[in-house]
Amino acid sequence: MSAAAAGVEARLPIRSDLDLVRVRQHVRQASATLGFGLVEQTKLVTAASELARNTLVYGGGGEVEATMVGDGRRAGLRLTFSDRGPGIPDLERALSDGYTSGVGLGLGLGGARRLVHEFAIDSTPGVGTTVTVTSWTARAPRPRGGF
Amino acid sequence: MNDDFPRPGAVSVPVLRLGDVLLVTLQGDLYDGMAARLQQDIAQAIVDSRVAGVVIDISGVEIVDSFLGRVLAEIAAHARLLAARTVVAGMRPAVALTLVELGLTLPGLRTALSTEAALELLGRADAARPGGPHRDAR
Ligand SMILES: Nc1ncnc2c1ncn2[C@@H]1O[C@H](COP(=O)(O)OP(=O)(O)OP(=O)(O)O)[C@@H](O)[C@H]1O
Ligand SMILES: [Mg+2]
Repeated sequence: MSAAAAGVEARLPIRSDLDLVRVRQHVRQASATLGFGLVEQTKLVTAASELARNTLVYGGGGEVEATMVGDGRRAGLRLTFSDRGPGIPDLERALSDGYTSGVGLGLGLGGARRLVHEFAIDSTPGVGTTVTVTSWTARAPRPRGGF
Repeated sequence: MNDDFPRPGAVSVPVLRLGDVLLVTLQGDLYDGMAARLQQDIAQAIVDSRVAGVVIDISGVEIVDSFLGRVLAEIAAHARLLAARTVVAGMRPAVALTLVELGLTLPGLRTALSTEAALELLGRADAARPGGPHRDAR
């Protein structure tokens, strides 16, 4: 894998609770293939589940793009969740634990941020929301075929 | 990609009655609709069979997110109203670590290392393996 290696490896729709299962399974498989340890896999799948559910419930549906990335030393998995929903008027409040505009626990966004290595959110009221997260393997990637 | 995950109607969650305890075994990846239905099924089963305890075995569950966590907490709260106690058994270490970081502390939800330990916690020592090691239930 070259230092700049990056490629969109999958684009999955998020339109139903069955799609959430597909997203979780995809992230599980991709992170295992990249060599993530079991705990890191579990954290990334859980973060993906939170963000995908927000895309579905609040964003009115959307998609996630999974990209394998490398920084020359480690492999990483980048997930970009996007929707064209109502957007988030107050990002700071949305990210704080316990805030929900629905019936949830208000843990999804803040929790997902803690579960990944990099977290970025871009939301414009009336336009939509994009959340990008990246996690890295602890070690240099082992060469593998298929990606 | 693996495509053989449960579809609506194709899979149901086994709910078993062991004396005055309901044993519910969750396996694999539940979609939200199925978790919500499970919540109703358990409440109904508690009413129907007047059990005193519910053990939910999640040793086969790979992730617990805020949705499933909330479902588990609501099952326990509902059971409490019906005078039944709930114990979640067999949570995987990776899942437990992740829940802490997620911030999901699940107050009011008792956990045990195994189904046996959960049954003991509910005072059903007779149902636990005879002569087996006495395991600590958190
Ligand atoms: N994609 C999105 N589009 C619009 N609003 C969003 C989006 N994602 C999150 N939000 C807003 O941010 C709030 C906080 O989200 P968060 O995931 O932290 O909590 P929750 O979904 O309400 O509850 P939980 O995730 O604990 O079940 C939501 O209640 C919602 O108002
Ligand atoms: Mg959420």
